[in-house]
Amino acid sequence: MSVSDKGALRVVRAGPLALLVDDGRFGVRHLGVTQGGAADWFSFRWANWLLGNALDAAALEIVIGGGLELEAEADSTLALMGADLDAHLNDRALSPGATFTIRAGQRLVFRQPRNGLRAYLAVPGGLEAPQVLGSRSATPREQLGGLHGDGRTLQVDDKLAWNGRAVTGRRLPFDPAINMALSGNWLALVPGAQIGHFSGASLSRAFNLPWRVDDRADRMGVRLVGPILHCRLGSMISEGIPLGAVQVPPDGQPIVLLNDRQTIGGYPRLGALTPLAAARLAQCLPGQEVRLVATAREHALRTHRRCLAAFR
Amino acid sequence: MVAQIELTAMDVLMVRLFDAIDEANMGWIVAADRALREAFGEELIDLVPSYTTLMLHYDALRLDHDEAIGRIQRVLERLEPADTGLGQCHEVPVWYDLSVGPDLTRVAERAGIAVDEVVRRHCGRDYYVFALGFAPGYSFMGLVEEALATPRLKTPRRRVAAGSVGIADRQTAIYPLTSPGGWNILGRTAFPLFEHARRGEPLLRPGDRVRFKSISREEFVRQGGDTTVLESAP
Repeated sequence: MSVSDKGALRVVRAGPLALLVDDGRFGVRHLGVTQGGAADWFSFRWANWLLGNALDAAALEIVIGGGLELEAEADSTLALMGADLDAHLNDRALSPGATFTIRAGQRLVFRQPRNGLRAYLAVPGGLEAPQVLGSRSATPREQLGGLHGDGRTLQVDDKLAWNGRAVTGRRLPFDPAINMALSGNWLALVPGAQIGHFSGASLSRAFNLPWRVDDRADRMGVRLVGPILHCRLGSMISEGIPLGAVQVPPDGQPIVLLNDRQTIGGYPRLGALTPLAAARLAQCLPGQEVRLVATAREHALRTHRRCLAAFR
Repeated sequence: MVAQIELTAMDVLMVRLFDAIDEANMGWIVAADRALREAFGEELIDLVPSYTTLMLHYDALRLDHDEAIGRIQRVLERLEPADTGLGQCHEVPVWYDLSVGPDLTRVAERAGIAVDEVVRRHCGRDYYVFALGFAPGYSFMGLVEEALATPRLKTPRRRVAAGSVGIADRQTAIYPLTSPGGWNILGRTAFPLFEHARRGEPLLRPGDRVRFKSISREEFVRQGGDTTVLESAP
């Protein structure tokens, strides 16, 4: 088999949502520009690792699947990671967490979520796209980044191209399904300074009762439905919002802010999910149950470091 | 000044300097922004100034939490307000018209004055840029005089055209991009906020001042303005 360095996938059917992502856009939040980037950064990085890419090389984030169909223009080795979206290579089922070979003319289809919500498709060397404000990530609301630099999500006849060589034989050092969460979603939260303004009863409920992921969920934020939380602060003067911030608007139902969040906002917060927990929430489907668990900053950072060390 | 440092996320600290919106804050915020950028250098991931705060996202893999706090404390101890007179002053041309600014009547009725008077007063003072946020290049400015202060629409519009100039309570802003929005829209400008923001060179920065200037439809079109009618409030 000859595997050329250049390759491309043509979009035959666009599906509901697929977009080009990398680590995200940093150093520009003060311009009102959102972070963007892979919502499940953990799976995204492992997808690149499988091919021996730079861990932040641009890849495709496929949300739900819903019939996205891609056709190969050359023989290539690709990697699939993250959610199990019932992917098929022609008629062969593909499991996430591994590399696979695709031949010119073969079609890759993503049908529907079987475990998790977002799959990552990595290509040798990363997808080619213009850098906009230091990142290739598409943020549709801002019309920045992506394949054409204008934030558009994937469209029919778009061509996903790359020019790089994949290493062979890499295998994940863990079972990819354990990171996808069909159940037991404990989301670690570092309590923030405003937590003291919530009533004791509200805090007890927040950390001891289950929350349901609402269908009002996207790359900006995820609404959680459960007990009503009361905060003595009404709305506040707008201030910066970190990734994973758990803000509580006056209706008492939290919104967890993810990668495409507004840069500033004025609702009181319980705190912020750790980056790992934010990635995990990004894989949850509407209707799934999650629980919040308070964690100390030091502990969160130790876990984070351990997790990054695994990529070596 | 309150000068409080708050834990906000695993690798994010909030530097809280004030507890109320005030034009007099801006000199301090601008000075803190500069000094914190310098103090953190390569270890700074993002610094987001707002009306009363600066949110600091640092590289926690390279910089210890206590050291981050120490750096902030040293900055705050030496802080002197920047001379806001040094901020840039911008004249922003606006076509005020009911077709592109359908909320002119709502604002006029609330204030009990004529539409022309709303325009005259909106153009009648300098506004400070307090913060950027919401969208690339979106600048929150103020303070609008008390009489014009109008609360946000109960139901936001699904599409507010790029360049729309609006007010909400005592703040005023320009929409850099077509987006949903609940501000009261008075007119439209061809001022290229988004084009500059996407290059990383914002036209308006916190501490700058803006004065709106009423222009004719012809002038607006000559500047490249889009005259598509904006729907009335839903």
